[in-house]
Amino acid sequence: MIPSDPKQVKQICFDRIDIPDVNTLAVARKHGAYAFLPTVLKEFTAAKIVDEMKLSGLRGRGGAGFPTGLKWSFVPRNTGKPTYLLCNADEGEPGTFKDRDIMRFDPHLLIEGMIMAGFALNVRDAYIYVRGEFLHEANVMNEAIREAYAANLLGENILGSGYSMHLTVHRGAGAYICGEETALIESLEGKPGRPRFKPPFPAVEGFYRCPTVVNNVETLATVPAILEHGGAWHAAIGVPNNTGCKIFSVSGHVNKPGNYEVPMGTSLKTLIEEYCGGLQHGSVPKVVIPGGSSTPWLTAEHYEAPLTYDGMIKAGSMLGSGAIIVMDETADLIAVTRRLAHFYAHESCGQCTPCREGTGWLERIMIRVENGQACAEDIQVLSDAATHMAGRTICALADGAAAPILSMLKHFPDEVRARALGKAA
Amino acid sequence: MSAAVSINSHRFSEARLAEIAELVKRYPGAQSALMPVLYMAQEDFGYLSMDVQQHVADVLGLRLMQVREVVTFYTMFREKPCGTYLLEVCTNAGCMLNGANELVAHMCETLGIKVGETTDDGLFTVAEVECAGACGGAPVVQVNHTYHEKVTPETMDALITQMRADGGAV
Ligand SMILES: NC(=O)C1=CN([C@@H]2O[C@H](COP(=O)(O)OP(=O)(O)OC[C@H]3O[C@@H](n4cnc5c(N)ncnc54)[C@H](O)[C@@H]3O)[C@@H](O)[C@H]2O)C=CC1
Ligand SMILES: Cc1cc2nc3c(=O)[nH]c(=O)nc-3n(C[C@H](O)[C@H](O)[C@H](O)COP(=O)(O)O)c2cc1C
Ligand code: SF4
Ligand code: FES
Repeated sequence: MIPSDPKQVKQICFDRIDIPDVNTLAVARKHGAYAFLPTVLKEFTAAKIVDEMKLSGLRGRGGAGFPTGLKWSFVPRNTGKPTYLLCNADEGEPGTFKDRDIMRFDPHLLIEGMIMAGFALNVRDAYIYVRGEFLHEANVMNEAIREAYAANLLGENILGSGYSMHLTVHRGAGAYICGEETALIESLEGKPGRPRFKPPFPAVEGFYRCPTVVNNVETLATVPAILEHGGAWHAAIGVPNNTGCKIFSVSGHVNKPGNYEVPMGTSLKTLIEEYCGGLQHGSVPKVVIPGGSSTPWLTAEHYEAPLTYDGMIKAGSMLGSGAIIVMDETADLIAVTRRLAHFYAHESCGQCTPCREGTGWLERIMIRVENGQACAEDIQVLSDAATHMAGRTICALADGAAAPILSMLKHFPDEVRARALGKAA
Repeated sequence: MSAAVSINSHRFSEARLAEIAELVKRYPGAQSALMPVLYMAQEDFGYLSMDVQQHVADVLGLRLMQVREVVTFYTMFREKPCGTYLLEVCTNAGCMLNGANELVAHMCETLGIKVGETTDDGLFTVAEVECAGACGGAPVVQVNHTYHEKVTPETMDALITQMRADGGAV
């Protein structure tokens, strides 16, 4: 059970995660699932829910950290059109694997969060867009949804409240770009996932051009705790402007990789040493990518930085989706960068020239750099191309593609030069 | 790759058509059902031949072009047959840092094929894929979309032996 004293809160989304069979409705209910839902449906107004969400300070866990309550408040009312709720479970950012655990271990938490969000936004049809590879997770979600329908937690007139909501799992099919919310919407409309220009933001014009809220799995899974304990309770966890707990997916050269949910503000060092069993080799990491492969790298200098949105910006990076990739002294940074360049070139949807062409160049030059077959000019082109791609495209994929290249050049210029020109071992 | 029965007819069964009719009702527009229907087609017919794509278009009232665009955009839709066991190794950063490249090399050597190829007996296809969203269990191999985590050359060999013994009955 989540403590009502915010000072004692260590976990929110993972509160029930270790309980055997909590994916089943019976066990989940024994441990508090849907207990507060009737109160929300009968006693809360939509305005009250949005106010509590604003008060909670919750920021979107998909990566951009946009305040959830504020986003919900932007949804126009009485447009005569339906409003849709889409859960973003595309989880494609290299390094990110947290939403998977919520879905496969505690699917009812996500369903409950979606019912509450749907009720606040007057949604009749909600969807969970799951990356195609997560077949098992989609099956677990579907089984949980089936149980929820049978218990009248979904469907018509939920628990006699007069509110009706339908929930459908929709599988993607192997395209990273479909995690970008407007690409996700295109994909859910049965089209290739090509991002749309924003604005208009989906809140105003999204799925089938109707008002649409897109939220990450972890964001929606936090809603039940906020409504049960109150926005002020959530705001007291973590640090101001960076409230609550956050799941960090830690991978790479640590002894105990995995998902760890900790209060915001925990330091990188504490997370790695106390939770992840330290590094495989050496005592300080060579590089830490703190928020997924699209975020700028940190080096040992920022090992003690607090894991918050603000803390990571201050350290020169971003909190992103909380996917921490740790590299110790044995890592071949140039090979990793080349591999990431390949990823972005492969995943570009191709509609913006700087991204389509730029990601291809970056990969081709990185192959030469890795193999020691580059010239000095190549390094300049790498830097220029990456610099000019960022911020000039429809979506943020191009910025993400530039981040590893620019980070590598910034932190390890000598290593890159030596390797590129064939002078390294 | 079940229901190989209909492999030559390339037409959905009546039961499937009923399922599709129900599915379409869950969305504001029929086109939204395209991806789930393509998955059904892939399951029923093995892969998405042009004939199958035309059938999907007809069933959903779409133009062939609308189906082709989607089939070619998404990597999990296949226009060609692949081995009974599709072995997809993630070689992105987290897995690479934990031996994924060495694992791929080992698998290719064991099976005598290159990445992207299928063994002569039609049993195994090896592919490199992007981050599977399970980096805590790196390196990750998906066998027909079942995840295997912290895979070593030894555990992979054992898995291959097991699959060979099963003789292709997925
Ligand atoms: N979880 C994952 O697997 C991945 C996460 N990301 C993350 O995604 C982030 C970028 O996401 P974007 O959606 O491009 O960021 P964004 O800043 O454009 O939007 C963030 C959210 O706030 C909403 N929003 C922003 N301004 C709004 C306004 N004025 N009115 C209404 N709604 C508004 C957007 O609709 C969106 O839902 C990156 O920071 C990266 O960390 C990137 C790749 C993969
Ligand atoms: C290239 C790209 C990929 C993205 N992939 C994901 C993703 O897999 N999951 C996710 O929740 N958000 C992803 N996002 C962010 C979404 O566009 C959006 O900001 C998020 O789903 C909003 O939910 P939140 O406010 O709850 O964070 C991605 C953004 C970009 C630019
Ligand atoms: S930036 Fe790249 S991925 Fe994004 S819309 Fe443009 S081409 Fe597509
Ligand atoms: S890097 Fe291999 S699963 Fe994420």
